[in-house]
Amino acid sequence: MSTHILEVSGLKTYYKTRLKEKVFAVDGVDFELEEGKTLGIAGESGCGKSTLALSLMGFYFPPLHYGSGSIRIHGNDIMKLSKEQLRSQVSGREIAYIPQAAMNALNPTLRIIHFIEDILKEHRPELSKKQVWELAAERFKTLNLPEKVLKSYPNELSGGMKQRTVIAISTILNPKVLIADEPTSALDVTSQKAVIKLMKDLLDKKYIRSLVFITHELPLLYHVTDDIMVMYAGEIVERGTAEQMIFDPVHPYTKKLMGSILVPEEGMKGQKLAAIPGAPPNLKQVPPGCRFAERCTYAQDECRVGKVPIHKNGSNEYRCHFETEILKEWYAHEQS
Amino acid sequence: MKNSFVILLKSPKFMIGAILFLLMLALVLIYPQINRKDPLEMMALAFQPPDANLWLGSDNFGRDLFLELMYGIQTSIRVGLIAGVFATVIGLIIGLASGYIGGMVDNILTAITNIFIVIPSFVILILISVSINSRSSLVTAIIIGITSWPWTARAVRAQTTSLRGRDHVHIAKISGHSTPKIIVFEILPYIASYVVMAFVLQTASGILSEASISMLGLGPYNTISLGIIMNWALVFEAPVAGAWWAFIPAALSIALITFSLYMMNTGMDEIFNPKIRS
Amino acid sequence: MSNRELLIRGKDLTKVFGYGTQKTTAVDAVDFDFHKGEIISLVGESGSGKTTLAKMMMGLLKESGGSIEYKGKPRRLKSHSDRKRYWKDIQAIFQDPFSSFNLFYRVEKLLMDCIKLQGLKLSKEEQYLKMKEACSFVNLKFEELHNKYPFELSGGQMQRLMIARIFMLHPKVLIADEPTSMVDACSRSTILDMLLKLRDENEMTIIFITHDVGLAYYVSDTIYIMEKGKIVESGPAEEIILNPQHSYTRQLISDVPKIHSAWDLGS
Repeated sequence: MSTHILEVSGLKTYYKTRLKEKVFAVDGVDFELEEGKTLGIAGESGCGKSTLALSLMGFYFPPLHYGSGSIRIHGNDIMKLSKEQLRSQVSGREIAYIPQAAMNALNPTLRIIHFIEDILKEHRPELSKKQVWELAAERFKTLNLPEKVLKSYPNELSGGMKQRTVIAISTILNPKVLIADEPTSALDVTSQKAVIKLMKDLLDKKYIRSLVFITHELPLLYHVTDDIMVMYAGEIVERGTAEQMIFDPVHPYTKKLMGSILVPEEGMKGQKLAAIPGAPPNLKQVPPGCRFAERCTYAQDECRVGKVPIHKNGSNEYRCHFETEILKEWYAHEQS
Repeated sequence: MKNSFVILLKSPKFMIGAILFLLMLALVLIYPQINRKDPLEMMALAFQPPDANLWLGSDNFGRDLFLELMYGIQTSIRVGLIAGVFATVIGLIIGLASGYIGGMVDNILTAITNIFIVIPSFVILILISVSINSRSSLVTAIIIGITSWPWTARAVRAQTTSLRGRDHVHIAKISGHSTPKIIVFEILPYIASYVVMAFVLQTASGILSEASISMLGLGPYNTISLGIIMNWALVFEAPVAGAWWAFIPAALSIALITFSLYMMNTGMDEIFNPKIRS
Repeated sequence: MSNRELLIRGKDLTKVFGYGTQKTTAVDAVDFDFHKGEIISLVGESGSGKTTLAKMMMGLLKESGGSIEYKGKPRRLKSHSDRKRYWKDIQAIFQDPFSSFNLFYRVEKLLMDCIKLQGLKLSKEEQYLKMKEACSFVNLKFEELHNKYPFELSGGQMQRLMIARIFMLHPKVLIADEPTSMVDACSRSTILDMLLKLRDENEMTIIFITHDVGLAYYVSDTIYIMEKGKIVESGPAEEIILNPQHSYTRQLISDVPKIHSAWDLGS
């Protein structure tokens, strides 16, 4: 048995268009997550990060289809399970997934407790209504959510409270891994902080063992996750510890991404922000070689052909033709 | 948009409805050109059953029912279309004014619309029909039209209210466009598909309304419509005489026309309505 | 900033929605002074009334109380020609590029309308050159774009076209309502750069309406902080961000995750 709580290798998933073309939004992704660790996934919109999150659940609804690869939870490949097994054994128990805008998907005519009853009816049918209430109230109390929320209708809650409630509901079965896709992007900073606090609480109290957090807000990832993974055009281009990814990125794309961070801190004013001209490649026809070459200021002829090797910089891994020293030299040269 | 029109042609429901409707229209327009007899000419005995000569038999006056049916369908469709145009135009104007101007105007127009929705329009229809002496098919169509616009007005108002707050409308405003121009170029294109759908529905219900009041003997004079054929059959006791051919074909025709229009509407709905489309 | 020419002044500006018991005051007796060439950020969370205030400045909403002065005179928006004159000087960019475009018309029409608003009589050739120049300012190729429909473009491209529109109109004041909140970080830098360039070239006054404190700090000379319809603090950007006085401002700044200092999640 591996110590990895989640292990993904060679995962490929694609969308089928009306014209029956296959568009690989997740194109050969490998990563593993240790128990107790948190992982952030960043990237521009359309880079495949949301599709990756969705794919990790093992459920595929058209137009999304499974291509190849494996998703192992504690060594068990969930792609080998049937749909029925996935639904009853994996979803909610092993992995919970909170899609983007989940908070607006709650049926407005039902009270919050109803959603919890629904989940527990399936997974723990032995509980009575009263026991369910007690369990839910206990859980809400430990997470600093008011108990009266259980009796409320979704529309009576503020955006931030709704999002926290959704997270509390989806983790009621203590899933090992929580996958949250942009859980804070529609919220004000104050509510955003409350949501982050809740996720930290879930981890501290061991209700969840690991977290996969998807967002385009890098400063947020820096504070929330241990590791950060950057995706570009369906591939992972760099992965490393949050500290290293924010302050010492190697891949030219990550470098630019980190250079575009805006925070209200001394020294930000008057600094030149990094910009990347152009747009990510159309995934229907991915260019050969490095997928970022077209927009990369350092791209050479060799970048546009062949397979791109994976280099290491300490514990960082990145997908680029060039060694760390060469890239760093270029960056230093550019700055002077 | 050209694009959605092409998609529309691929929708089986819309195509079934449209082909059915067009075939019927072609038949009723072409047949009278071939058989140039007067539909009101008495040419046989009363209530003759169908045979090779009289395809649908004869009515109580001994007239050719098939020929009558051709003219009847023509009139019914015409009345339905005119009623549809009137209802759509009135509904569109009131809905646009109410939704775009907002405020007090909206309150007043919405109140008027609601009053018209609450009052059973069929009752108004009967009352107006009784009180007017010279009823042509055009007058009947107009009466139907002005009693059935509120639903269109409501739908248009709702759409317009939400469109009014959109940024492209703001951009048009601060680009100095006049209000009529904004309504025509920024609002109308977005609601056009709804309006066409409403028109199709209004036409179908116009045909049904015409049939209903004509059957009561309150329809247009001096013409033949499907409702009037049914009225004759009723008045001269065709059912008692066992002459099913005097009313069943007319009733089926009404069903067929409205069915084809509803099919077109459903087909369009599936394409234009994003909720169903997904 | 005080040595610069005063351009827009708001006095006691108030907006009340609804009436009777459902009355809500969205903007509550707000005062402001915006100068020529100044970049101002109006920062607030959702529901702070910042967008309502912006709509009033744009002349799209009528104020319930108070007044707006433009170039030292009370602004007049009574007749259509008054409004047209006002909008020649005051323009806007909105948050959602997808809803800023009318999906039924080609990109070209948006830029054509700018030429019409200015009342310029140009030959086909000159029109073409003018539109091409505007597109190249925002790094877009007019030759490739003019025939396209908005839904064929990306969000970043659409927002850049909106800037091209401003470039053609060169207004005195630009009100940018969350112009970058729906585009990626990398496009955001590009868009901000372009807006700053417009200010430098035309001495345009730019008013950013935003919830992003980091962005406000980065781009603006002056910051106004809004909470529940009121302006709670205003002043030079450096002072407001690095040395905030009002408790709400402090709270707002401390809630934003930063990268060089710890982020206190509280208890």
